[in-house]
Amino acid sequence: MQVSKMKRVYVNEQWCLGCHLCEYNCAFANSGKPDMAVALKGKIIYPRIRVEQDGQITYAVNCRHCTDPICVKSCIAGAISKDADGVVRIDQEKCVGCMTCVLVCPYGAVAPNENGVMQKCELCLQNSCGEPACVKGCPNRAIVYEERG
Amino acid sequence: MEQYVIIGNGVAAVSCIEGIRSVDTESPITVLAAEPHPTYCRPLISYYLEGKTTVERMVYRKKSFYEENHVTVRYGVTAHKIEIHTHEVFLEDGESVPYTKLCIAAGSSPFVPPMKGLEKVEKQFRFQTLDDALALEQALTPDAKVLIVGAGLIGLKCAEGIHGRVASITVCDLAPRILSSIFDDLCAARMQAHLEQHGISFLLNDTVTEFKGQTAVMKSGAKVDFDILVAAVGVRANIGLVKAAGGNCNRGIVVDARCATSMPDVYAAGDCTEGYDLTIGANRVLALLPNANMQGYCAGQNMAGKAAAFDKGIPMNSIGFFGLHAMTAGTYFSEQEGGVCYEECDDKHIKRIYTKDDHMTGFLLIGDVEKAGIYTAMIRNRTPLYSVTYDALQKDPSFASFSAEKRGQIFGGVV
Repeated sequence: MQVSKMKRVYVNEQWCLGCHLCEYNCAFANSGKPDMAVALKGKIIYPRIRVEQDGQITYAVNCRHCTDPICVKSCIAGAISKDADGVVRIDQEKCVGCMTCVLVCPYGAVAPNENGVMQKCELCLQNSCGEPACVKGCPNRAIVYEERG
Repeated sequence: MEQYVIIGNGVAAVSCIEGIRSVDTESPITVLAAEPHPTYCRPLISYYLEGKTTVERMVYRKKSFYEENHVTVRYGVTAHKIEIHTHEVFLEDGESVPYTKLCIAAGSSPFVPPMKGLEKVEKQFRFQTLDDALALEQALTPDAKVLIVGAGLIGLKCAEGIHGRVASITVCDLAPRILSSIFDDLCAARMQAHLEQHGISFLLNDTVTEFKGQTAVMKSGAKVDFDILVAAVGVRANIGLVKAAGGNCNRGIVVDARCATSMPDVYAAGDCTEGYDLTIGANRVLALLPNANMQGYCAGQNMAGKAAAFDKGIPMNSIGFFGLHAMTAGTYFSEQEGGVCYEECDDKHIKRIYTKDDHMTGFLLIGDVEKAGIYTAMIRNRTPLYSVTYDALQKDPSFASFSAEKRGQIFGGVV
């Protein structure tokens, strides 16, 4: 399924403050908990977006929902699919945690959750946030959710 | 109207169907499937024994896949002969299946070298198919002693899968180290120590000279008592059909970048093939699920008339045992061959990255495998090292080591 017309999360590194708020908002949105403190306080978080920084550069990395995703082709469990809406999704029931997706994702955007099951950004379409939480909470509007390309 | 026939029903066959249907939604497709199951994920058979998946969840595509793609699957049917002049596949009973375009996705078979007394071993198993795993499972008992011949990927994943369901597991191999096809001595020793901590015993540099009842007499003189034997020495590409038809074969069916064989209108994909490995610039058998998927899709598109190429094959493996993960990719060139190795090694991690002629050619990682795909893409895309800050990248796989322009394309554009 080759879909390129879709809304994706984009990051403008010139505006990224490196504040890591997107990571916390992501972890909270996907926690299923009603309160951020209950969800995250004192816990190691496993966000699906990660801020990378090196000296002056800071930017956030999450799944690019590639037009021709190599993770989908490589998954040994048939657990990753690119659906008709263009979203690349992981079926966590099928995933066995072999990490082949980590081995092939060219952007380093897939990682295990606290239980060793793979997870990545699915655009907050399956949680209660309604729109990507990283975008909603970005204080400098460095992260946007729109159609490009 | 074409008449597509696919021999085999594994991952390469499924993606061949998807490749065909991305171009041609009309013409009939027939799959000749030796196994009685819809396509399942072969590498998951050890995870099944471990209890991490079920037979139902192991299916590669949803139930409606064949129907939605207008595919006729003939289960339990084995191709016997290909007649390229008349474009026919003959089944064992002599029935003819005509084709206009044929894809061989026949996979590989376990190779068991002759061992004296093997035929008298009652509880002996292979470990390649779902039926192999189900048969092995039937024999497992809490007091069983298991001997696995072969310390490769299949043998060791089998060991992990049955660990906790049997009394003891001993693994022997003729090679001096475990996982000898993908690991070097350093990584193999680290993983072996980890497996030994979990109670797996090894006899390396050693081989069975004779089975005497339920005792294996080793070349070293050692004797191993066992109740269950698993033969996991290796696999061989199923090339017989193509070879008999006069097609070009080495260790696998030789295919070009289009996944075409040397025979007209005959394509091949998956573990039965020998395709291009860009890290050595030559063909070799790359029996890996991701490559099977990509080859199958490429073959399917070409069969349906759309020009496609798969020219990015490399060896790559992601494999973990008892919580310790390892990833390997590409080729490790020695200093004599012009290779340069960057190394980090401590109690928890090993990292070895190999470069040659200003390109990354391979890596081995144990422990910390986060974002390893950035390295894999460096190899697959033949990214020149001068285009990145390699000193930083070898320490940490991050796009901070790429140009701002590159980051802009990836994180601000559609890839």
